[in-house]
Amino acid sequence: MHTLATRATARTQSPLRRTFEASTPTVARGANRPDRDVTTVGIDPTRLARALGWFSLSLGIAEVLAPRFVARLAGVRHVHPGLVRLCGMREIASGMMIFGQGKKPRAAMWSRVAGDAMDIGTLAAVASAGAPGTRKGTLAFAAANVLGVTALDVYCAQAFGHDRTESAPGRSIRMARSVVVNRSPEELYQFWHDFTNFPRFMLHLESVQRTGDRTSHWIARGPAGTRVEWDSEITVDTPNELIAWRSQEGADVDNSGIVAFEPRPGGRGTIVRVEIEYTPLGGAAGSLVAKLFNASPEQQVYDDLHRMKQVLETGEVTRSDAVPKGLGPVRQHAAQGESR
Amino acid sequence: MKATCWHGKRDMRVDDVPDPKILNRRDAIVRVTSTAICGSDLHLYNGFIPTMMKGDILGHEFMGEVVETGPDVGNLHVGDRVVVPFPIACGACLACEAQMFSLCENSNPNAWIAEKLMGHPPAGVFGYSHMMGGFAGGQAEYVRVPFADVGPLKVPDGMPDEKVLFLSDIFPTGYMAAEMCGIKPGDTIAVWGCGPVGQFAIASAKMLGAERIIAIDRFAERLAMAADKAGATDTIDYQAQDVLDALKDMTGGVGPDACIDAVGTEAHAPGALYAYDRFKQALMLESDRPLVLRQAIMACRNGGTVSVVGVYGGFIDKFPMGSFMNRSLTMKTGQCHVHRYMKPLLARIENGDIDPSFVVTHRMKLDEAAEGYAMFSNKQDDCVKVVLTP
Repeated sequence: MHTLATRATARTQSPLRRTFEASTPTVARGANRPDRDVTTVGIDPTRLARALGWFSLSLGIAEVLAPRFVARLAGVRHVHPGLVRLCGMREIASGMMIFGQGKKPRAAMWSRVAGDAMDIGTLAAVASAGAPGTRKGTLAFAAANVLGVTALDVYCAQAFGHDRTESAPGRSIRMARSVVVNRSPEELYQFWHDFTNFPRFMLHLESVQRTGDRTSHWIARGPAGTRVEWDSEITVDTPNELIAWRSQEGADVDNSGIVAFEPRPGGRGTIVRVEIEYTPLGGAAGSLVAKLFNASPEQQVYDDLHRMKQVLETGEVTRSDAVPKGLGPVRQHAAQGESR
Repeated sequence: MKATCWHGKRDMRVDDVPDPKILNRRDAIVRVTSTAICGSDLHLYNGFIPTMMKGDILGHEFMGEVVETGPDVGNLHVGDRVVVPFPIACGACLACEAQMFSLCENSNPNAWIAEKLMGHPPAGVFGYSHMMGGFAGGQAEYVRVPFADVGPLKVPDGMPDEKVLFLSDIFPTGYMAAEMCGIKPGDTIAVWGCGPVGQFAIASAKMLGAERIIAIDRFAERLAMAADKAGATDTIDYQAQDVLDALKDMTGGVGPDACIDAVGTEAHAPGALYAYDRFKQALMLESDRPLVLRQAIMACRNGGTVSVVGVYGGFIDKFPMGSFMNRSLTMKTGQCHVHRYMKPLLARIENGDIDPSFVVTHRMKLDEAAEGYAMFSNKQDDCVKVVLTP
């Protein structure tokens, strides 16, 4: 697959091309995979990780302070207390790592999985040795418990996935997503070419006004009624195929975007691929933007694109009682009407 | 207004809540005249469906009178009597164009949640958790109906509510279950579960020309309804007989041509396998108990079809893939694409092929919804179907 940037550069002349390569992102690998950064309403991996962290700490402390008692609980009697203490120290280290790695302790969770594997190995070794004082029933129960915890650990570690968006201050936040819309590339190009349509589906935008043939002025909402503003210019414009834009000098937030339209075979709509990149500069604007795009910029692009699809296919953004603004992953309330 | 709200596992309350209002230009507000508790509502009641919040209004089987329409609803007028399909569908996306209405791509504002759990998101559904859109349901005095220009079916004057109410879900769902079996003259169809959907699957299999229909359940009153009202030719009480043996015996060892799972995630069965699945479910190592699904696969004749309309929520264990693959079975499944079936099934009601009200065993006021849920869930008082009126 061509990346958007190579498609764009292939179709543009050299003066634009240099600007383009310097300013535009490439489609990330696996851009179409579901975003894994966002917690679900069901099992929240962050909370689960914290629970497992506390579990690690308490089990670790118990193993260090009372190794014989813990071994007896697990159905193993004649095991060296030192070995149990070592396991305990490993648990404590895992627990501390979980709390030390913030909201997505991915590495710490995989370290727990590795620890689980060691524990299962130890239990299996004890069981097969048939050491005196080993209670098979209790041992099996302990093994079942470890396997259960392993499943949780693997779930949790996988849920954190690889971060494909970066939000460290001073570095750019880059997002790439695609969606299929049951409209022709021509209709989509027309819609996207008019940037004043953007606030209809990009809900963080307050307004976009045309200021020239290729230029526009954007105002985005910040927290507590604040605003972020910038001027933007179209850098590549290939009718019915691709549009690229980027902010001009003096922007509160450096940003750029590309959208490409690819007809699906058999008249089955059009694939719309979007890449957006922001560079928070630090300072007031930087922190505003960090808040603006909170933990998961990619989720925002996902929601924006789905709202765009709703607008084009049904006429407007779909709202439900729990999501009356059609916002997607923002705080939901119960599925009942709001008081007037 | 009054509405039936979920407050937690086995905790339903009829609360005073704000009236619904128009949020989209294609919305209508319907004053509910009849609504029913669905078997799939019991999965919410018993806490098996994730992403519920305290205060969520339940109910996806309802009908009533249009009291307000959004500016873009041209086909409905205030005063029209309508029955509303449970999946919400826009009518404009590729899925809707392909008549796969329960897979509408635009009706679920929480598609992102469902996408994480299922890979791709299904349509929004009234009163059925936040991952299905967070839409308030119809077990209430009023309900907001999105895409009202696509879903609601106008009901002929003089036709009583109970005759058409089930066009919202269980009659089309049972019909689709039978249709997915690809019934040919002479076919034998086995139906697991004689709840309301199973009853309509049996009645529909009969309408579609099945020769022999075997109903499987453990409640005598449900088996009696299947035989006397829906048209089953044989019944199996799974607590008294081994189902696989009985089906082999009835079919000369071949097995039924198609098997319908009208039970889904909360299946019961005698014996150790039930305890095994209960245990795994309790440890959250599997979310569904696929006891019926396993049995339906093992029972089906070589090259036959397994049709699944019982609701599953997540992941299952011990799926007999070897049996399924080596014996060239086909599985068809899905939340019903209700919009597809409403008009043809209304025609069948009008010309007397079927009177769907035969499943109704209890009529209660909306205020008694909590009692209705408990009774239906516990199968007390021979309860098969509860209809609530505000």
